[in-house]
Amino acid sequence: MFERIRSDFWYELVNSPVTVVSAIIIAVMIIGCTFAPVFAPHTPFDPATISIMDNNMPPAWADGADPRFLLGTDLQGRDVLSAMLYGGRISLLVGIGAVALSVVIGMTVGLLAGYFGGMTDAVLMRIAEIQFAFPPILIALLFNGILKASLPADVFAQAAVPIMILAIGLAGWVQFARIVRASAMVQRGQDYVTACHAIGLPTPTIILRHITPNILGPVLVLAMLQIAVAIVTEATLSFLGLGTPLTQPSLGALIQIGSQYLFSGIWWVVIFPGIMLLVMVVAFNLVADWVRDYLNPRLR
Amino acid sequence: MTDILCKTQDLRITFPHRLGDFTAVHGFDMEVRRGEIVGLIGESGAGKSTVGNAIMGLLSHPGEVSGGRIELEGENLIDLSDAAMARLRGRRIGMIFQDPMTSLNPLMTVGDQLAESIAILQDVPMAQARQMASDRLDGVGIPDAANRMGQYPHEFSGGMRQRVVIALAMAGDPDLLIADEPTTALDVSVQKQVLDLIRSICVERSLGVILVTHDMGVIAETADRVYVMRHGKLVETGPTDQVIHRPTQQYTQDLIAAIPSITHREDRFRNPVKKTGEIDQWLLQGHKGEGTGDYVTASALTKDFATKKTSFWGKSGRFRAVDIPGLSIKRGEVLGLVGESGSGKSTLGRMMTGLVPPSSGAVSYGDHGPLADVRTRAARKALRRDVQVVFQDPYSSLNSRMRVDHILAEPIRFHGLAERGDIPRLVGALLERVGLPADAGRKFPHQFSGGQRQRICIARALSVRPRFLLCDEPTSALDVSIQADMLALLMELRRSLGLTMLFVSHDLAVVRQVSDRVAVMKQGQIVECQPAEALFDTPNHDYTRMLLATAPRATGH
Repeated sequence: MFERIRSDFWYELVNSPVTVVSAIIIAVMIIGCTFAPVFAPHTPFDPATISIMDNNMPPAWADGADPRFLLGTDLQGRDVLSAMLYGGRISLLVGIGAVALSVVIGMTVGLLAGYFGGMTDAVLMRIAEIQFAFPPILIALLFNGILKASLPADVFAQAAVPIMILAIGLAGWVQFARIVRASAMVQRGQDYVTACHAIGLPTPTIILRHITPNILGPVLVLAMLQIAVAIVTEATLSFLGLGTPLTQPSLGALIQIGSQYLFSGIWWVVIFPGIMLLVMVVAFNLVADWVRDYLNPRLR
Repeated sequence: MTDILCKTQDLRITFPHRLGDFTAVHGFDMEVRRGEIVGLIGESGAGKSTVGNAIMGLLSHPGEVSGGRIELEGENLIDLSDAAMARLRGRRIGMIFQDPMTSLNPLMTVGDQLAESIAILQDVPMAQARQMASDRLDGVGIPDAANRMGQYPHEFSGGMRQRVVIALAMAGDPDLLIADEPTTALDVSVQKQVLDLIRSICVERSLGVILVTHDMGVIAETADRVYVMRHGKLVETGPTDQVIHRPTQQYTQDLIAAIPSITHREDRFRNPVKKTGEIDQWLLQGHKGEGTGDYVTASALTKDFATKKTSFWGKSGRFRAVDIPGLSIKRGEVLGLVGESGSGKSTLGRMMTGLVPPSSGAVSYGDHGPLADVRTRAARKALRRDVQVVFQDPYSSLNSRMRVDHILAEPIRFHGLAERGDIPRLVGALLERVGLPADAGRKFPHQFSGGQRQRICIARALSVRPRFLLCDEPTSALDVSIQADMLALLMELRRSLGLTMLFVSHDLAVVRQVSDRVAVMKQGQIVECQPAEALFDTPNHDYTRMLLATAPRATGH
């Protein structure tokens, strides 16, 4: 009678204006940051294009502003808006990349543990639980610290973004493993899986073709929530000076730079990246909440 | 007309939806008097439970009563506020649900739950309520009630639990009792006891009872009058005897005709027309000449399950779910396997297909030899092609994320049974063979009804050209009219393709219709195994006789 039809998606979406606004914000941020070189009015980290003479310009609407710099400039005369777009690119890249890594590790572990059970399950989940006992930021710090100590300084600076993805991704897989394991255990007991055994399909086919598509829903929700968490983790690490180098600062690094001048009246250098980080994280959370409700028909 | 306890008048119930409102009940009239049991029967989607829930004021969101009246002793319940309705529930109207496990709180003792309800509903002190609770439990036939007050719901059997639920529904001494499928989750032998209890409470307390069910047998044995519903409308009403034996409406006649008989095997299931189409030729390809010997043989088969440890350091015990000396099925034979829940029939069925490894003993197959000797990958693959399964639950047995044509094409491709280019045509032919449109493959499983999904499951089992089919309660989740079609299809396929079948069911009537030979299981053992006619007409074992005696009979014959 009330069969779910494809257009339910759009119907549920337009009935939630908050979600639509959040989704648009995410889309604008992703497009704006991905194509930062196109949209940014300046190239903030190219010493050839910045002039120390433009330093500490307030935002365009304040007294003594330069209309070339919409959100003002920092101490070295870099355009804040452009720095935010380039910084947002790094934040998003680290956030999405780290979660992608977490999903791959977490799903592999979770599927193996949930499908095979027994000893495999016991060993894999004990490892996961040991890691879960440490705060993710601590684990990211640990990975980061090990790599920083073992790699030459110039290599480390160059590979800062992949290192951040690796550190945060390795810190976040446990939640995925748990949720996938629980779902896989439920799916394994379903008759359609028994039917696959009856047909004689090999185990990898059953896991990848039949079980995996049925557990993607909760993984998708968790992934969206975890992107926000990963972005914040990256910002925290960068704020502590352990993340991206000053030559390619992320939003967290920008906030750290700006925070030093907050009380000397140069508020815009820290406030605007801060707002962008906040909006980005809240938007991801709101969209994830909606996806969770959409995938759970009982809540509708 | 003062003896009318509850009545509905031109009741309309609507579920608003953005693509147009769905009217679940259109203009339904019903009367319930004190001291009578009124049956409300219909197939799934008939609106029978919706009527029951509306009387309780418990319509699920977003349903609403969009017209008509519901009267309880002259008072229109639709006008009442939610708070007034809440006061009515329990005190004036009690309700019994289908599942006795989920309608009790698993973390509270049975005595506490009942005493709490009595204390609130009758406004008596807790100590007195506890005493009353103990009496009430005794009243619903729970032996040693005073001591069992302190036990938790999981320590009760299904039937005992449903008695507790009945005592709970009666806690506020209501005038009207609504029982929504009260025995559907119970075994037949227990079902009869619970129905007798409802009957006696109804008479003793001159209570009005509305019995909502899909099972004509339950109605025939319990209800005084019956209302037959279909698509939210009243089809027919009258005294139970009259409606069952002299139905005036075509729908009621069809419904009663569709109920399988427990006393004789109907000809449509015994001698279906053999089909020899192009797809049948394909399905029979590669089958070696038919012998007459046994196709499946199980010998000294057991299955143990570990039980909970008694203490942290203790060893876990073992529970023997199946223990049989031997069982074999001849080529082309249908063996029925009957038993109550927990008898081990499903476990035995799955061991016979090799899907569950036995704890000891062996299963061997005609063309393949003992299962333990099938070691090479190719031999295993060949065995898996010959042995297939149709499950009970048509919802969980199909992968909801796969299109139906992919579901059917995968086994054909995996076993290399057809050229790649031929597969789409074959999938269409298979779907048509099981009574679905050839282009049904373009849809996803959730777009089909339960019966159609079961047909897809049969098509999937057929797609590998099997020799042996395990049917594990294949019709238990289906409406009775669809059940008959499904049995007819299975019997026709069996004749056309010469399939050997193991048919597992709790429903004796269904087993009678399809089986050549029947085995009765009790607590993991086969108590009796005979040709079907002999088993049903002259059962040897007391347990078989008890099962036959307690099975509900819709038509009395």
